Amino acid sequence: MTEQHIIGKSVPRKEGRDKVTGAARYIDDMTMPGMLYGATVRSQIPRGVIKKISFDPQFDWAEFVTVTAQDIPGKNCIALIGDDQPCLADGKVNHPEEPILLLAHADRHLLRKAADAVSIEYESLPAVFTIEDSERPSQIIWGADNTLKTFLISKGDVDGVWANADYIVEGEYTTGAQEQLYIENNGVIAAFDREHGITVWGSLQCPYYVHKALMALCDMPAEKIRVVQAETGGAFGGKEDYPSIIAGHAALLAMKSGRPVKIVYDRLEDMTATTKRHPSRTRHRTAVSKDGKILGGEIDFTIDGGAYATLSSVVLSRGTIHAGGPYYWPSVRIRGKAIATNAPPHGAFRGFGAPQSLFAMERHMDCIAQAVGLSPVEIRRRNFLKPGETTTTEQTMHEEIDLGKLLDRALELSDYTAKRVRFAQRNKEGHIKKGMGVAAFLHGAGFTGSGERYLASVVAVEGCADGGVRVLVSSTEFGQGTNTVLCQIAAEALGLPYEDVRIAQPDTNQVPNSGPTVASRTAMVVGSLVRSAALGVKQTLIASGMIGGSYSPEEFRTACREYIAAHGELRSFARYEAPEGVFWDDQKYRGEAYASFAWAIYVAEVAVDLSTYSARVEDFVALQEVGRVLHPVLAKGQIAGGVAQGIGFALYEKVVWQNGRMQNGQMTNYIMPTSADLPPIRMFFEEMGNVHGAYGAKGIGELPMDGPAPAIVNAIQDAIGDALGTGFDSVPLLPEDIFDAVSAGGER
Amino acid sequence: MSHFSEGRNKDRGKDGRGKCELSLTVNGKPETVFAFPMERLLDVLRNELGLTGTKEGCGEGECGSCSVLMDGKLVNSCLVPALQAAGANLTTIEGVAEGSQLNAMQAAFLECGGAQCGICTPGMILSASHLLNDKADPTLDDIREALAGNLCRCTGYMQIFEAVLQAARRRTVA
Repeated sequence: MTEQHIIGKSVPRKEGRDKVTGAARYIDDMTMPGMLYGATVRSQIPRGVIKKISFDPQFDWAEFVTVTAQDIPGKNCIALIGDDQPCLADGKVNHPEEPILLLAHADRHLLRKAADAVSIEYESLPAVFTIEDSERPSQIIWGADNTLKTFLISKGDVDGVWANADYIVEGEYTTGAQEQLYIENNGVIAAFDREHGITVWGSLQCPYYVHKALMALCDMPAEKIRVVQAETGGAFGGKEDYPSIIAGHAALLAMKSGRPVKIVYDRLEDMTATTKRHPSRTRHRTAVSKDGKILGGEIDFTIDGGAYATLSSVVLSRGTIHAGGPYYWPSVRIRGKAIATNAPPHGAFRGFGAPQSLFAMERHMDCIAQAVGLSPVEIRRRNFLKPGETTTTEQTMHEEIDLGKLLDRALELSDYTAKRVRFAQRNKEGHIKKGMGVAAFLHGAGFTGSGERYLASVVAVEGCADGGVRVLVSSTEFGQGTNTVLCQIAAEALGLPYEDVRIAQPDTNQVPNSGPTVASRTAMVVGSLVRSAALGVKQTLIASGMIGGSYSPEEFRTACREYIAAHGELRSFARYEAPEGVFWDDQKYRGEAYASFAWAIYVAEVAVDLSTYSARVEDFVALQEVGRVLHPVLAKGQIAGGVAQGIGFALYEKVVWQNGRMQNGQMTNYIMPTSADLPPIRMFFEEMGNVHGAYGAKGIGELPMDGPAPAIVNAIQDAIGDALGTGFDSVPLLPEDIFDAVSAGGER
Repeated sequence: MSHFSEGRNKDRGKDGRGKCELSLTVNGKPETVFAFPMERLLDVLRNELGLTGTKEGCGEGECGSCSVLMDGKLVNSCLVPALQAAGANLTTIEGVAEGSQLNAMQAAFLECGGAQCGICTPGMILSASHLLNDKADPTLDDIREALAGNLCRCTGYMQIFEAVLQAARRRTVA
């Protein structure tokens, strides 16, 4: 390959200037003539039958537009994977904050008062709030037995390993819900007219998900639905599926009123009503030889999906596949299960099930190390997957990955060994106890198994009349750098300056369906397609004789203009095709789960203050292999941001539940890390070479969410747990949890 | 109270009942608006003056996305009643650039990756500028402390720190 000019360079973010000047237009910055505001009346109880809806006669209700389930022209569901979630509750409710009725009015202050003036009488039904209650089952609230989905991964003869094991190590690990907490709340504007149908502008990740949901809900053909992504102020998975609901609500109000309707949630509504990371429970039982080799094991991974199935099956899938970590298992049986509770549905959040099951795996590795009498480092080194070996789904590792080498470098960068010795000595005195923790992990890039084949993403690249080039994708920018990286790839493929390439605003009337912007797939999968489509433009110009094999940017621009003058359009498409010889069995959950994996070793240094019981991360080393780094500044931004969210997941962010409702839905009482809370996050990349994505890039977005929580809790365990005989097996781990554990440990 | 008059709004019809006339200076330009005395400055800026660069993240003074400078002080505009801003001199993100040129802080945010999704960026830039007005050569700890009232969910703050340090260096050199 020739030298790359734009790949690997930190070019300015495409929409960066608008973001630093305040010119970027987010959904709440937009208004339309005659626009109304919409509000949602929600269930106050977790489960029950709606007996009566009454309206306070003090209000002039004729001024308001009112929508109930009876106003839905199509099917009352949010079409996603299954169709079990209603758009508006019809007769019964299954979780607190479930939407029941919609109101619209031009005055948003009056609207709020009106929403409070609608009262709903229920007949309450018994509800289920925990994984254990749902499994029992004390009440059937979903399907035949509250089970939303199960998976079974089975490799080798697990039943045969127990007799030969020198050690059998068991553990149970849990993780809590986590709020995505994008700083821009969810919002959309919908407009309707008979000729054009429905147009929705919104803060969202997946325009075509919204498109599909609106077709079913409004009973309209594809061409009568248009979805446009506005500038989006953070998403992290939280704007993957939920925008379909808000868009549905705004569209129903717009259809009934004939006027544009804006619905923008306030923080409390966004936090209490929309999705969060699935709470989880993982049980490990592992057979280990006396030299610390894993012989086999059983892993039961269970997640709480909330009241409807929504994305739980795919979150469960990823969590189940990642449950064995970056290790070689001669035999393993992994049972994944998603169960229903009467909480708002849990959904997508960066990592998508993997942070949960990897937390368990990486805590469990430290427990195995302790049982065998090896260091946390050595136990990992002895069990790392090596090229040629197979994963839990029996995917052969073709990548030339050397996890031992990655581990060595991370230990050196963090000064792990010397610090551990020093801390052990110092911890004998004083109330500040320090510890070091390691986590090794992997993250599969792209959709699981046959997912990318079913998606069959399409992208287009076009030459423009002004001589520039435009990328057309439904892949969205919400901070990660989609716009920038895809333009870099097209520019590199065409040998043009970065400034010559721009990207279209995601608008389903304008751009092909390049799939959802999720699953760390954009740079790798969509990037490859953009490269192909860009090369298609170049080949067209070469074939037409307008440029030769080598050309200057000016010659390219001239050729572009002339081609369009002659032919009207210069557009090239590329569609995803699965690589040859890739095998995946959806029934047995066996085969090539992901086209490639990103790998990482994270090391946390933690100080626990035994006078306040607070734990603080003092240093954090994040070393990863993500293939080729396309844009160093953006890549570091992804890692630091993910690590910060991981630190929040581990030490700060606790959702307090009562009867299925979040009790702390404000930034005042749900605490995310501030600039003063974080340690230096030191980021390093190892490029070991990969064949898959555009210019060798793999996925990066979700990876950094997986490692911080286990590395930090391992460090806390190292600092105080081992000395006290206490195990820390749960996140978030707040000072009160540390206090409880230490108190209980001290009594033993 | 010279910037505030109650008398003129009597005939302003249904929407104007209880509103008052306020004069203030925004980004160097004198403005007169009609607003309810307890209306949030944030809403006055966004809805009355069309300055939508100032963002709402939480509406309760936790996230700092609505930060603006009021008479040189950093305030959360979601917590400031309109009346309190009468006669004040305000700087919003729209008033930060030097003409069409980005100022040193904006340029550094762009270059260092200080802005990802961009929603906290206007508040963050005003907060960081406020720090540099106070302390031309801040330490990393000064920056961590000064920005602790501005939440960012994307960056993990590291590249924001870099941007502020870079802007400080450039401003010092300039």
